[in-house]
Amino acid sequence: MSTLEDREVAVSLRNVTKTFGSVTANNNISLDIYHGEILSLLGENGSGKTTLMNMLAGIYAPDGGQIFVNGEEAVITSPQDAFDYQIGMIHQHFKLVDVFSAAENIILGMPGKAKLDKKEVLADIHKEIDKYGFEIDLNKKIYEMSVSEKQTVEIIKVLYRGARILILDEPTAVLTPQETEKLFFILRTMKERGRTIVIITHKLQEVLELSDRVAVLRKGEYAGVVNTKDATESSLTEMMVGKKVELNIGRTEPHDVKDLVHIEHLTCLNKYGRKALDDVSFTIRGGEILGIAGIAGAGQKELLESIAGLQKAEEGSSILYRAIDNNDEIQLIGKDVNDIKNLGISLAFVPEDRLGMGLVGNMGMVGNMLLRSYNEGRGIFTHDTAPTELAEEIMEKLEVVAPSVHTPVRKLSGGNVQKVLVGREISLAPRVLMTAYAVRGLDINTSYTIYNIMSEEKEKGVGVVYVGEDLDVLLELCDRILVLCEGKVSGIVDARTTTKEQVGLLMTKYSGDHIAKIHLDTLMKEDD
Amino acid sequence: MFSLVAFIPRAILQGIPLLFGCVGETLSEKAGSLNLGIPGVMYVGAMCGVIGGFLYEQSCGGQVVPFLAIMIPFLSCLAGALLMGLLFSFLTVTLRANQNVTGLAMTTFGVGFGNFFGGSLMKLTGSAVPSIALSATSQCFRKALPFADNLGWFGKVFLSYGFMTYLAVAIAVVCGFILAKTRIGLQLRAVGENPATADAAGIDVNKYKYFAICIGCMIAGLGGLFYVMDYANGVWSNDAFGDRGWLAIALVIFTLWKPNVAIFGSILFGGLFILNLYIPGAGMATKELWKMLPYLVTIIVLVVTSMRRKREHQPPESLGLPYFREDR
Repeated sequence: MSTLEDREVAVSLRNVTKTFGSVTANNNISLDIYHGEILSLLGENGSGKTTLMNMLAGIYAPDGGQIFVNGEEAVITSPQDAFDYQIGMIHQHFKLVDVFSAAENIILGMPGKAKLDKKEVLADIHKEIDKYGFEIDLNKKIYEMSVSEKQTVEIIKVLYRGARILILDEPTAVLTPQETEKLFFILRTMKERGRTIVIITHKLQEVLELSDRVAVLRKGEYAGVVNTKDATESSLTEMMVGKKVELNIGRTEPHDVKDLVHIEHLTCLNKYGRKALDDVSFTIRGGEILGIAGIAGAGQKELLESIAGLQKAEEGSSILYRAIDNNDEIQLIGKDVNDIKNLGISLAFVPEDRLGMGLVGNMGMVGNMLLRSYNEGRGIFTHDTAPTELAEEIMEKLEVVAPSVHTPVRKLSGGNVQKVLVGREISLAPRVLMTAYAVRGLDINTSYTIYNIMSEEKEKGVGVVYVGEDLDVLLELCDRILVLCEGKVSGIVDARTTTKEQVGLLMTKYSGDHIAKIHLDTLMKEDD
Repeated sequence: MFSLVAFIPRAILQGIPLLFGCVGETLSEKAGSLNLGIPGVMYVGAMCGVIGGFLYEQSCGGQVVPFLAIMIPFLSCLAGALLMGLLFSFLTVTLRANQNVTGLAMTTFGVGFGNFFGGSLMKLTGSAVPSIALSATSQCFRKALPFADNLGWFGKVFLSYGFMTYLAVAIAVVCGFILAKTRIGLQLRAVGENPATADAAGIDVNKYKYFAICIGCMIAGLGGLFYVMDYANGVWSNDAFGDRGWLAIALVIFTLWKPNVAIFGSILFGGLFILNLYIPGAGMATKELWKMLPYLVTIIVLVVTSMRRKREHQPPESLGLPYFREDR
């Protein structure tokens, strides 16, 4: 490791900036990547890690700053350009043709003999990859492969194209611990063979286990770089989450807090058959905001969808809803989505694709309001006076900028679309309001509008569930914070007394590391 | 009396236009473009060939040179079909118009194009019957090997056709080979399956789509020419080509996007299509029911393949979807 400083710089980023609309994803970042090292790029969700690396891979072009490869300035405008600079990136979403075999995917787009000779192709690939110790059947079709095998194909694909610098975006997010071990073995072998590896991750344990150096990004800013041997879980967490920022979100003391929904032993599986939620138990209370923190994919989506009746829960799970009028307890599991909606449980989910879930892009605000009330018309005719009024009210109250309430919502800006979605859900006067990533991609003012709406709902006695990404907001907005880690509840903390470090550590509590747990226990004791 | 030796050549003559259309459509679909304009393209191909042949026959007063009598209609047909292909490519690939709407519009246009110029030519000749006969040209097209007649049933079943029949089979075999065994074929299929992946691998998606659509249209256009020159003995009458274009598209599904299989599939379809003529006592109404057979077997194939869920037997994954690079 001491030789690190003697090594030559492979890639160097200088003052790189990238913005998407009003959001700055990367601000003035300078970073060096050395030949033959494994560099971890660490940061929370939305800290700009992937965006930064996408600029090396030719997916995005930087708005400002320069990129140097081997000392010369490089202009990378396509993945092909990146390969010319011997840079290859393995994305989270694999770019593979499902009905092709591994070998066919690997040679796709590469020059060579017009006629494909299977044996020749296989020999050619083996020549390239045998030194790294991959275990893979190159004749297997992609659609028959596990996620881990597909990832291996992607890595081989990049190596076959002659990449000397490999960037892996959250490679372990979808892997089992055993598969992760195998991957790390291969990455270390590649390093020994002189390849340079950048691994984007938010798992501290992996960072410490695998990398030579750690570069940390925080909210699009460069937070520094350290040698892994000098780093600890807590020093990295602090770099990752930063010091507490005062936001001045008006948080009131909760009053008349009532238990609304009891969730007990909630377990459900994702599409790969792995547990997305594992024995989750907690209570949603009316009159307070419950924050849900966690790394992307820790089970937030499944949790909200289970409560809304969109996810199938496993045996033994229980979601009991207490009706306020008569104190009846109603089991929500097995109930129809519409019945749950009629009980006053509302879900405003803002997925990565805002229009994908909840709104119809080609319809105007009025039409989208109707989606929630189409049952209320007379006979077969829809009734659009009420939805029109509602749309106008939302437009005025939430300051939606749109030519008219009939303009197709896909033409509105992201922030305005989100306001329409959240506004509609709130207009239903829900008893439980669940929002996920409600402020994702919004500018600061719009974000505050949405925080205020949620605080108002809380005042009315509504049980608000807020799934958020920004720890500062969670700490200032919520009353309690439930932290999810790999589908399990790793802690429920009081948002008024907890610290960012504590939540940050809880987020990675079950990532297979004992050090973090011990550290966490001491932290908890200090808090007591 | 039903005779297999007489039936098979008729089935083949019926099938070859479908084979041309099917192979052309397969190429286009393998690149992810669902070209429903193929029936129209076949009409345009046929009519352009007829116009070429007509003008040549007129200019030389019936004394045709066989080479020119073949080449002029042949090249006119390819040129007409190519223009249709370029139109479809420009609209759906460059402008990203909806493929279904564009295709249907082109079919409507193609049928109208054929009938309009068919009517015009009839007016030019002042013919008493509503058709144009290019018998001299057709004879050149239908010229079979001279010794075919001496070989009994074998000659009748295998050697009694004009060169375009063998050309169709050859094109199908070559296309099958290119798609399955070459680098170009692999890249073409990648474009149809997952254009974003192909793009990331450095493949020019639009270029592949343009070529696949245009070459596909040219092949399909030859199907129309074959119909007039070989099947109909050089006689063009409006609407006579009928819905064979749609049958060709059904054949693509029936053959599971494999040009090699289409060789046999087209003969089967051709046989099923004329089976009604061999059913004793079938009236005008029941004949139409028999004509449903090719479509019925297509539906059966669809049901069976979707039940078996074998991924290789499914349509190209991005079939019918425009590709926006910005979505990457």
